[in-house]
Amino acid sequence: MRRAKPLTAPAGVEPCDGQKGDCSRCGRIFAERFPLLERTVNGRPLVYLDNAATTQKPGAVIAAEARYYREHNANVHRGMHTLGVEATDLYEGCRTRVGRFLAVPAERVVITRGATSALNLVAGGLAATLKPGDEILVTEMEHHANLVPWIQLARREGLVLRHIPITAGGELDLARLPELLGSRTRVVALTHVSNVLGTINPVAEIAAAAHRRGALVVVDAAQSVGHLPVAFDDLGADFLVFSAHKAYGPMGLGFLAGTAEALERLEPVEVGGEMIDMVTMESATWAAIPARFEAGTPNVAAAAAFPAALDTIDEATLERLRQHEISLTAYALERLLAVGGLTIYGPRQADRRGGLVAFHDPMVHPHDMAQLLDSLGIAIRAGHHCAQPLHRRLGVVATSRASFGMYNTHEDIDALIHGINYARSVFGL
Amino acid sequence: MNGGMDELYREVILDHHRRPRGQAPLAGPADARAEGKNPSCGDELELELACAGGAITGAHVACRGCAIATASGSILAELVPGRTPEQARALAEAFREAMHSPDGVLADALDPGDLEVLTGVRKFPARVKCALLPWITLLSALDAQSGDGRAAPATTEA
Repeated sequence: MRRAKPLTAPAGVEPCDGQKGDCSRCGRIFAERFPLLERTVNGRPLVYLDNAATTQKPGAVIAAEARYYREHNANVHRGMHTLGVEATDLYEGCRTRVGRFLAVPAERVVITRGATSALNLVAGGLAATLKPGDEILVTEMEHHANLVPWIQLARREGLVLRHIPITAGGELDLARLPELLGSRTRVVALTHVSNVLGTINPVAEIAAAAHRRGALVVVDAAQSVGHLPVAFDDLGADFLVFSAHKAYGPMGLGFLAGTAEALERLEPVEVGGEMIDMVTMESATWAAIPARFEAGTPNVAAAAAFPAALDTIDEATLERLRQHEISLTAYALERLLAVGGLTIYGPRQADRRGGLVAFHDPMVHPHDMAQLLDSLGIAIRAGHHCAQPLHRRLGVVATSRASFGMYNTHEDIDALIHGINYARSVFGL
Repeated sequence: MNGGMDELYREVILDHHRRPRGQAPLAGPADARAEGKNPSCGDELELELACAGGAITGAHVACRGCAIATASGSILAELVPGRTPEQARALAEAFREAMHSPDGVLADALDPGDLEVLTGVRKFPARVKCALLPWITLLSALDAQSGDGRAAPATTEA
């Protein structure tokens, strides 16, 4: 693939230096560890640019999940036999590993089916603590997963739902925060990184303001964990959720981390199975946190595999992964702007964004764009990305989105640009 | 084009996309109308029909969607006028069936015109909803006309 103009990284951002042998001009990190990247699509080498939807998995993760079923499969916390003990060790080992990754004690990490499940757990679990007229503050850039549970909660409990609007530049309009954060605000729920705008929100600043009002802060870190350094205490949040599959781990696995005080405020939403303390025919009491929130048989295989993903991230180092995504994003912004006629959303500075860029071509609908790119083996996302209110605000029903992971290269972005021009040519533009 | 794109984006479809028919508003008030959407991607379509003497006399289609949805709406606007509501319904249902069948043939008796070309989209399962959106909206508009006059929102998820 032809190389275009040299990379222009934002001021203060150094491209990767190739020291690990697989990163030439910030080219790629550990690509050889991802077996799926070897396949072709429509007769072309795959160019995978849909990492915000899900990342590909290192071979070590795939092997660990298979190994669980081959060697250890048993239910957790109940087997009085060797396999049961091994399965429990792997499951609890995942909790410990995630705790270490986020710098939070393992007993404050709840294992869920995913980030959406974790957000439903928080919203539903807080219901009993809220009164009609209490206020929930969200943002205009939320993924449906961090919006619909609050809409539903507000409907059920008679709460008032407010939102922080975005500016024309695609950042939260924090000038509105003082008027939106009121004495009745009980919860502020916001995304760390927008899955459409790419914007990295100043969570710590917002959390500090929310706490001054006595509100709890819920952070959806689905787009940030595994891509930029995230330490629980640094964000100042009361709850943080993320999903394993967007951080190079398996699907069907997510996490809720919280402060001890905040977790204690949650009522279990799902009850039954292993989350009990004592059950009679008439009553039940709950196990300690975090087991209290883990009803039913969990996805132990996924939990057994996820530490391998975190090991891969740690080996690469988050600092290096972040620099790589900034470098790719800077290059994508530059090249997409040079195409002409595209609307590009979110901040123009790559270091203010996560590793994704959504755009809109008024001449080629995103579906057609994605379809024509797919014919060239290039995978992007088209649609509203489960952020319909944001798209309404942007004045479009759908956008095209390219999003990056450790294995992506500048050549992948060159291929994307070539594909956009090809799509335009099909439509006679 | 490669990867089957010449099958999906045939010249007839591209022509309907570039110059969609049914853009002009109806001359008078609509006799039937419905709004359709594809929730999985956000595409939206508004359809208005004019009727006289037991037949559909005009169709106005406003589509915020992809080339396939736009072309399908344009073909609808071209094919539906002149048919009775029953004939239009039969065509819509035959198209829906064809899009879910392996051979995807529309009977000549239905006089399917350019709709025959659009059945090629069935080879791209992710795009079948795009092609069906206008026709599902049509069925909703016809249901409303024959029922209480209020169109239920039509959705490709139904």
